[in-house]
Amino acid sequence: MSDPILSVKGLSKSFELKGSWGLSSATLRAVDDVSFDIFSGETLGLVGESGSGKSTIGRSVVGLLKPTQGVIQMFGTDISQNNTDAFKKIRRKVQIVFQDPQGSLNPRMRIENAIAEPLDISGDYSAMDRADRVKELIELVGLPRDCGKRFSHEFSGGQRQRIGIARALALNPDFIVCDEPVSALDVSMQAQVVNLLLDLQEKLNLSYLFIAHDLAVVRHVSTRVAVMYAGRIVELAPRLDLYSKPLHPYTQALMDAVPLPRPGTQKSVGVPGEVPSLLNPPSGCAFHTRCPQATQRCSVEKPDYRRITQHHYVACHLIE
Amino acid sequence: MTSNDLLRVNGLTVEFLGESGWLTAVEDVSFSVGKKECVGLVGESGSGKSVTALSVLNLHERRTTKIHGRIEYCGENTLTLPANQLRRLRGGEIAMIFQDPMSSLNPVLTIADQIIETLQLHENISAAQARRRAIELLEWVRIPDAARRVDEYPHRLSGGMRQRVMIAMAIACKPKLLIADEPTTALDVTIQAEILNLLRELQNELDMSVLLITHDLGVIAEFVQRVVVMYAGQVIEEAPVMRLFDQPMHPYSQGLINAIPPLHTDVHRLSSIPGQLPDPYEVHSGCRFSARCSELVPACLNSQPSLIEFSNGGSSRCPVRVELSGLNR
Repeated sequence: MSDPILSVKGLSKSFELKGSWGLSSATLRAVDDVSFDIFSGETLGLVGESGSGKSTIGRSVVGLLKPTQGVIQMFGTDISQNNTDAFKKIRRKVQIVFQDPQGSLNPRMRIENAIAEPLDISGDYSAMDRADRVKELIELVGLPRDCGKRFSHEFSGGQRQRIGIARALALNPDFIVCDEPVSALDVSMQAQVVNLLLDLQEKLNLSYLFIAHDLAVVRHVSTRVAVMYAGRIVELAPRLDLYSKPLHPYTQALMDAVPLPRPGTQKSVGVPGEVPSLLNPPSGCAFHTRCPQATQRCSVEKPDYRRITQHHYVACHLIE
Repeated sequence: MTSNDLLRVNGLTVEFLGESGWLTAVEDVSFSVGKKECVGLVGESGSGKSVTALSVLNLHERRTTKIHGRIEYCGENTLTLPANQLRRLRGGEIAMIFQDPMSSLNPVLTIADQIIETLQLHENISAAQARRRAIELLEWVRIPDAARRVDEYPHRLSGGMRQRVMIAMAIACKPKLLIADEPTTALDVTIQAEILNLLRELQNELDMSVLLITHDLGVIAEFVQRVVVMYAGQVIEEAPVMRLFDQPMHPYSQGLINAIPPLHTDVHRLSSIPGQLPDPYEVHSGCRFSARCSELVPACLNSQPSLIEFSNGGSSRCPVRVELSGLNR
């Protein structure tokens, strides 16, 4: 295999919670020792419950957060110290699309200016090139051709997400973090936006880190899938392996919890208990408090994240 | 409709005063909910689901809303009921839970305060009795350590726990009808399955009817017996849940079902419904779905189709599909 576009090794991110007098009162460990690679043209899906650390990873790899520990290599350059010149050069190749398209668009900006903002910041576009590029981007994401003069509130949720995607594409990136891009959309809009992302990937040879909590959407877009729980990746495998033979009890539980659109079939089963507090994570395996198969060992010893077959990684004591 | 109906919505039309005049959010909506029955109300955001639900309890702002039609609950029209009788229904006989439990709970009152308030409003009991009942209710919705949790503020609880508190408040007075407006949309799937399970058990124990509003057809398939599909303010199909999934009688229902990404099989591209909901101010000469429909015939543009009822239950607003299916009218 060729070199990965993105290589993350031992990434950890902690947040200090401020107590009175500005003293740090507690440390929240949002991401704990996470490693993965993303190769050219592929999509790595990242799933997990809210609070599992998915978005923290997404923000770290685009340089919006500075990791506490670990190395993030983008095209072979270390970008974990996100203020270096080397990072600035790479930055335009790496973009992000957020969940809430309304919250990430300036309501007082005409969308042609919103889409052109990255072009203006780059300083590489003359007024004429800029207008051409905006026109091109509007067409690329399937927005009505004459919509440039409108404001973001004049668009539906699905169209706003298209604007967000156009913005991310403005500087011809190689890699895009999609942070829950369709979670706020209705199912019919969701299908449109997912198809657009897949078409763009084919056309522009993009790589995605696709963060979502919907397992069915992730199956549909991903090459490989990583499952997160309480700040760690508990299982990572090629798409078909993961969905046909999930190994980690948490992955299995996640699959069983999805309600299927087929009346009269098996009902979904939840996971009893709550996502553990990251301020005070459980000892041993973080999932042992909810795991139906947990043993004595699970509550004491933290399982290693290890390779089971060539491309299948898992962190669980129960798997030989 | 039969005498077994607990709730009958008949010809409900709701208009709101918007910036450019009155707009019709819901038009001529009729359906019923039987005793102990679970009915689902499905549609995209903006289709009029929540507006319909809020009308049942007459919760709209009066100055900016015009409501026509009848909503009969046990034979009484909730739209014309005097305020004191409405208050008896709200939270007593008919309870409602909402999508976002954080914004429906009062952040400066403890859980105990809020449940006790509901109980004392509808029942003549002492504060001490009400507090004991509040703890029992929290245990009933399986909140661990209820005796301690009852004195906490909502922000101390997780999303799933907050929704359990909302459910505890809703069932406090043993309602006959529970209106659940997207009760699990803001929750993780693992928690969603637990909440649905809880609702199912409570429904059995209390012999409650449930009107479940959601855009998630997976939840619909699991939870309800009958489905009402809404599009742009109108009912476009009503069907028993099995028939809806086996043989949808409206292209919009079909589109919604097809757009769900499958969990256990692969497809190259998801099938989507092109376009988007029409502007609510738009005046329609033909079918409201015509601009997005893949089964369009010229007649669809000429006149607004009316709802066609089937002899064995259910209805559809698509004459083209009904013709092809050969179902008895």
